[in-house]
Amino acid sequence: MKIAVCVKRVPDMDARFRISADGTSLDEGGLKFDINEPDAWAVEAALQLKEKAGQGEVVVLSLGPPAVQETIRKALSMGADRGIHLAADRIPFDGFSIARAIAAELKGGGYDLILFGKMSPDSSNGIVGAIVAELLDYACVTAISQLEIADGKGSAKRELEGAQEFVEFTLPAVLTVDEGLNTARYPSLKGIMAAKRKPLDSKPAQLGEPMVTIKSLAMPPARPPGKIVGEGAAAVPELVRLLQNEAKVL
Amino acid sequence: MANILAFAEQRSGELRKVALENVTAARALADATGGEVHALLVGAPGIAQKAEQLGKHGADVVLVCEHDALGDYNAEAVAALAAERIKSGGYRVAVFSTSAQGRDLLPRVAAKLGVGVVTDVTEARIEGDAVIVKHPINIGKVIATASIAGTPAVIGLRPGNTTLVENPKAAKVEQVQPVGDPSAARVKVKEMKKGASAKLDIGEAPVVIAGGRGLKSAEGFKLAEDLADAFGNAAVGATRAVCDDGWRPHSEQIGQTGRVVSPDLYIAAGISGAIQHLAGMRTSRTIVAINKDKEAPIFKIADYGIVGDVAEVLPALTAAVREARKSH
Repeated sequence: MKIAVCVKRVPDMDARFRISADGTSLDEGGLKFDINEPDAWAVEAALQLKEKAGQGEVVVLSLGPPAVQETIRKALSMGADRGIHLAADRIPFDGFSIARAIAAELKGGGYDLILFGKMSPDSSNGIVGAIVAELLDYACVTAISQLEIADGKGSAKRELEGAQEFVEFTLPAVLTVDEGLNTARYPSLKGIMAAKRKPLDSKPAQLGEPMVTIKSLAMPPARPPGKIVGEGAAAVPELVRLLQNEAKVL
Repeated sequence: MANILAFAEQRSGELRKVALENVTAARALADATGGEVHALLVGAPGIAQKAEQLGKHGADVVLVCEHDALGDYNAEAVAALAAERIKSGGYRVAVFSTSAQGRDLLPRVAAKLGVGVVTDVTEARIEGDAVIVKHPINIGKVIATASIAGTPAVIGLRPGNTTLVENPKAAKVEQVQPVGDPSAARVKVKEMKKGASAKLDIGEAPVVIAGGRGLKSAEGFKLAEDLADAFGNAAVGATRAVCDDGWRPHSEQIGQTGRVVSPDLYIAAGISGAIQHLAGMRTSRTIVAINKDKEAPIFKIADYGIVGDVAEVLPALTAAVREARKSH
């Protein structure tokens, strides 16, 4: 089984973000970056499938500036076999461009599965995996929280609003991974040492023209300051009065 | 003049609320340019009877595709059909929802059409050759205004963000045929398990009661459920920590890696307000926080806070809400 996992380097969302002077990007100074968490679940899923099968190859791909090689190394230290860096000055906002570059790289590569995290919190679009599936004409299941692969077929669970969908699909397939599928392993010291010697190719990303561009960025309007109504159950009557007369939601 | 296509999402033969949100938003876009709204309704035979409801919210035409293999969500068949209709109908914008189904469908449709797509859209307008959308990034800490070049633009609205407006139109039904054989899809739904009976979904409920570790245990969520019952129009949500502990299913998880909700009223019970959680609820219209730690970050974004033990405050609030609703 040959599996590709596409991972993204994303800033820690705890940060206080600042808009750059150009008004269309964020100042990356002082931000901490790591692998997008759902992408780490995708790496874990690939490693578990390979371990279960007892053979196979897990290839990790990331697009962006040279710093994304650190993200690839992290996945290699978890146990992936080799990395591909699609080099670009920056990670574009437009998911279609990213998908086009990934599809161009993976096309004809003989991958049985291509895994993604279901979404990244920075651009928050969650579209790259399914576009890659379309461009490669792979079957596609998004936002899975359970997975079985056997005899060239797969079955998965998807979380819907207030419901769960159980699907069967054929390989090759693109899957995007949701919360609940697994817990990503931490790289071991041995894994970190081994990752340094694993192959990592770098080549230019074939992004093409973006279809979506950011015109401006703004901070959301601040919420008006709230108030502490009181302490304990004694504050409930006043809260109810406010919900009825001020907020008008009761 | 620009005609707009609205996707009429259904599950098990019933329209989802987001279907009406899509039609409402499409109506506003169409009215700005004097165009028509065409809704696309795909389902098992009989789904056509839902056309009237779409008309009530502003659909001039309802394109209906009925097929035995389209009752459950059939991603490949619906994407192929939607792309074909959007192309042949010459629509300026195709409006979907960023629901679980919409999230899956949107990128497929955009890829088939080779056009730009933005999900989780909070505002959209047509401006000359471009469609301009607002889209929260970095878990809602920054709002991007983005331009989608080319025609059509494919957008996914943030669920719950569009206030439904009735604007009755003809809803003229036009039957359309599937593209290819829907039974031949490579991905097939084997089973759909619905959550607890007729309970409202957190994305659709006007009131959300969310619980965190402060509720102490899975059983502790009874307090949140009682309060939801008292409201009658509320759903119960949970923090990531609670879902990871298995107290609640991940489908109820609100936050960065879970669902994003914006109900009229959000009651955070025993939730400290980690940034990961705030990402999923900060756009709620009114936020109430109940927490025993008065320094908890949740109080910073709450409109109303009660400092206290949820085990004591929630039952009192439940009783008070029951009383308030009785006197209506």
